[in-house]
Amino acid sequence: MGLDFTVLPGYFDALLLGSLWTIAIMLVSAVISFFGGILLAVIALYAPAIVRYPFRAFSFVFMGTPLLLQLFLIYFGLIQIGIDLPAFVAGVIGLGLHYAVYNSDIIQAGILAVDKGQHEGARTLGLSRGQTIRKIIVPQAVRTVIPPIGNNLIALLKDSALVSVIGVAELTLTSQLAISKTFRPFEFYIAAAACYYVINLGLEYGLRKIEKRVAVAR
Amino acid sequence: MDFDLILRVYPYFLEAALVTIQLAVLSIILGLACGALGAYARLSRWASLRFAGATYVSVIRGTPALIQLFILYFGGPQIGIQLDAFEAGVIGLGVNIGAYMTETIRGAIIAVDKGQIEASRTLGMGGWQTMRYVILPQAARLMIRPLGVNINAQIKGTALVAAISVVELTYTAQRYIGSTYKPFEMFFLAGIIYMVIIYITGLGINWLDRRAQIK
Repeated sequence: MGLDFTVLPGYFDALLLGSLWTIAIMLVSAVISFFGGILLAVIALYAPAIVRYPFRAFSFVFMGTPLLLQLFLIYFGLIQIGIDLPAFVAGVIGLGLHYAVYNSDIIQAGILAVDKGQHEGARTLGLSRGQTIRKIIVPQAVRTVIPPIGNNLIALLKDSALVSVIGVAELTLTSQLAISKTFRPFEFYIAAAACYYVINLGLEYGLRKIEKRVAVAR
Repeated sequence: MDFDLILRVYPYFLEAALVTIQLAVLSIILGLACGALGAYARLSRWASLRFAGATYVSVIRGTPALIQLFILYFGGPQIGIQLDAFEAGVIGLGVNIGAYMTETIRGAIIAVDKGQIEASRTLGMGGWQTMRYVILPQAARLMIRPLGVNINAQIKGTALVAAISVVELTYTAQRYIGSTYKPFEMFFLAGIIYMVIIYITGLGINWLDRRAQIK
């Protein structure tokens, strides 16, 4: 069986739709992972020990096990305790939480790198501890760690292919469906890889713009 | 939590963990080889080699590892590459992590002070001698920790080959979730085994890193 790329144009619309779903999954889980990361970082650094340690254990589990396993747990496991999530929601939550833990590590380093005088200054001006963290420390910390968070976002885009396994009809699953009709795996997976590559290029371009903006605003 | 069930199935999980460890070790060895070659190409004097190295890194890091595995395993037969699932897993994962290791190794080599090269050339050493006796010993120290990060990621990355039905830890967990309807127990068991593997690997890397530091 040789190669025949002429089967691809017939599935152009399907692949485009799949790409759009991949982008949607990436954007929603990026938002979850960003704000979740900030929340986890603040908890890990400032919360009382009784909250802090369970959250550390949570991070440890999420960093020490594969994402695929976590997706299975969220999608198939929560049914056991009566929570039946649609595949898209389960996929987005899994991806978002997994990368929130990685982002939290980066943001913690960013928070620790903010000059101590900022904290003291804010407290002297009469801001409460919560206000200081929310309005003074976190905005400065996040700004310095945008580039590594961007790297995580690129990793997230590629890991979004994993949610095809729990049945979300994004780019990977779309190409699998096309393959089951045409029996041409090589052509369609190459096409899917090309779509991911293009999305990746777009994402990198967007991230560079954001980085530049943040740098100018300093 | 059904501990009787866990006690009943854990031997199968340990067997599967052996497959996971084999996959990880073999693909990491292949990855290190690809990484060394890739770094050699990217730092080469020849523009065509540099271009080839940069393309390898960009294409592999720009597309999902899952798709790369699928191309190799399902698409391979169409272009005359017949591999069983385990072989495809090792080669796919190894070539994938190799692209990340290329950048790690290259980063460590260019992080060595430039004066070192100039000094050794002044002392009459050739290009290869400089690399072998001056640059690489110093770069090797710098790359242990970042390579450790790559290796850690790769151990978890082996879970991907469950999608091409290699019977490793994640696939086994998935199969037992299907037959027992006890996802939490299976996740608990597989998760603990993964964490133990990663923890022990981490200890090894820390030990290596400590030994490599100049006192």
